[in-house]
Amino acid sequence: MSTENTLRQGPDESGFFGRFGGRFVAETLMPLILDLQEEYEKAKHDPEFHAALEVLRKDFVGRETPLYLAERLTEALGGAKIYLKREDLNHTGAHKINNCLGQILLAKRMGKKRIIAETGAGMHGVATATVAARFGLECVIYMGSTDIHRQQPNVQRMKLLGAEVIPVTSGTGTLKDAMNEALRDWVTNVHDTFYIIGTVAGPHPYPALVRDFQAVIGEETRRQIMEKEGRLPDTLVACIGGGSNAMGLFHPFLDDKSVHMIGVEAGGEGLDKRHAASLKGGEPGVLHGNRTFLLQSEDGQIQDAHSISAGLDYPGIGPEHAWLHEIERVEYVSITDQEALEGFKALCKYEGIIPALESSHALAHILKLAPTLPKDHIIVVNLSGRGDKDMTTVTEHLADELAEQ
Amino acid sequence: MTDTRQASRMERRFAALKQENRPALITFITAGDPDYANSLDTLLGLPEAGADVIELGMPFTDPMADGPAIQLANQRALASGQDMLKTLQMVRILREQDQDTPLVLMGYYNPIYRYGVKRFLEEAAEEGVDGLIVVDLPPEHDNELCIPAREAGVHFIRLATPTTDAKRLPGVLNNTSGFLYYVSSTGVTGSAAPTPEKVQQEVEAIRANTDIPIGVGFGIRTPEQAARIGQFADGVVVGSALIDCINKASTPEEGTQGVLSLTRELAAAVRTARK
Repeated sequence: MSTENTLRQGPDESGFFGRFGGRFVAETLMPLILDLQEEYEKAKHDPEFHAALEVLRKDFVGRETPLYLAERLTEALGGAKIYLKREDLNHTGAHKINNCLGQILLAKRMGKKRIIAETGAGMHGVATATVAARFGLECVIYMGSTDIHRQQPNVQRMKLLGAEVIPVTSGTGTLKDAMNEALRDWVTNVHDTFYIIGTVAGPHPYPALVRDFQAVIGEETRRQIMEKEGRLPDTLVACIGGGSNAMGLFHPFLDDKSVHMIGVEAGGEGLDKRHAASLKGGEPGVLHGNRTFLLQSEDGQIQDAHSISAGLDYPGIGPEHAWLHEIERVEYVSITDQEALEGFKALCKYEGIIPALESSHALAHILKLAPTLPKDHIIVVNLSGRGDKDMTTVTEHLADELAEQ
Repeated sequence: MTDTRQASRMERRFAALKQENRPALITFITAGDPDYANSLDTLLGLPEAGADVIELGMPFTDPMADGPAIQLANQRALASGQDMLKTLQMVRILREQDQDTPLVLMGYYNPIYRYGVKRFLEEAAEEGVDGLIVVDLPPEHDNELCIPAREAGVHFIRLATPTTDAKRLPGVLNNTSGFLYYVSSTGVTGSAAPTPEKVQQEVEAIRANTDIPIGVGFGIRTPEQAARIGQFADGVVVGSALIDCINKASTPEEGTQGVLSLTRELAAAVRTARK
């Protein structure tokens, strides 16, 4: 397809990025999705909406987040100069809040009284519960039972924030199943409920809308790197489950041909075993309202994803990523569970920062990449979240090492 | 619109029922639930038990518009190894003994997309599939499957819902054929239906805009409910209540008997609906 002069104008009117995206939902939801799209178009051009969002970003979330030069990590790897975009310093501990703020303001505009969301690692659930509390709206979070077990602290946080957390036992009890259940709730409670989707997936306009709310990451990065280095970065790296933190970082740079971008998928136990790498190990299909790459069988049945990180444990990926992969604008790689743990340890050791396991996938790729690049090569890694929530998982995996210390 | 082609099996069936002044009993089961052999037995028994139109579910791992009963049916079918080939094979076997009962395949788009739309439609038409209901293909995506299906001689049956307002209705009706499936409540399959009076109002509003038969589904579980809805609807769809017979059965054979026995009761009820 023709990309004209910009890669930043998608999706088209029907919600397609190339052949990916769309609005593959039941008729019951169609009118709502069209309403949402209309309201979002209005909000986009409403200075008051942007002003309200700006105040919340600054005073409630603590933006802008720093662009931090990881000096010791850079030195240890002996190659490219590494900057971290500190989304882990946001209120609630990850980039997820950027999107939730935007969507809750839309929900208010639309007069909705009840908020629902799906969550994997719980970071989106916590961010949603947070904004719902902030605006005094009822909040229901769907979370897979497997994830509830491995992300207990986040479950407690959501409850403290007043949300009802509903365990989802169907399927493997992970993010995909939570999303099915949230969609079932939505189709039942169409009139009063706003569904805050947590990533750049789902039916149009969600992929575009979530991306736009997350693009603050890339916009700040652009300004900050110009201040610090006087030029654009050479490489951007971010982890990808559904892909919202990556889309947020990448999007403002898509038209800058000199900027190389790398999305890091969860390779789980390896691409020949259980994993969550939809682009590297999946095929195009239709799920949760959009056409994208999916882990699926020959018969079109969705397969279970696996990752050490609950936030990347999803068998699909946002449609804009599927398109950027197909036109080869962004390079997509995968990192295994074991490698992610190495990334995790490295950041703890060299920078005194405990990263989320999701972000550790991006860091693990840096461990491989940075040493191969010259010292004047600038990399920005999106440190999408902090690792407090992952203590249980990490201590289980690193029990022996920790015992030796 | 002048239509010179021969009436389809679906159209003949609805025309005949109109003559009889009674609604169609439309039954739903999931192909391969609880396993291929027993599901096939159930399917083959449905016409004689009184099903006028058969909906056969194509199992999918992620049935987002379905409630617990049909979710379980999908899981049982997939666990027993059901796939698209086997589902089409069931239709072929049905057609060897029954050439009059319209059969509609119902499900989600991904298994069809993965199978290949062209190949799927060719084989479905060949085996005697009369219509398709694909939950996650709204009119906005007619080019994906709806229009190719019409070209292949397979009806594309659309869902209209309580949220389908006057603005959307023409788009929903456009390219719909066979019958229109009115989903009586917002929610997933198996959820409770609103009052018959409310449903009747909605159905009559739609009827003012179309000549095609209107089937009503979601929340119809008993012969009494079927008879009540059948007073004004051209078809009454029963799904979750039949699937529950399989859910509750202690053996697969008992499940088949349960489905067929409830079908007989429903069939008797729709025959008295307008008397």
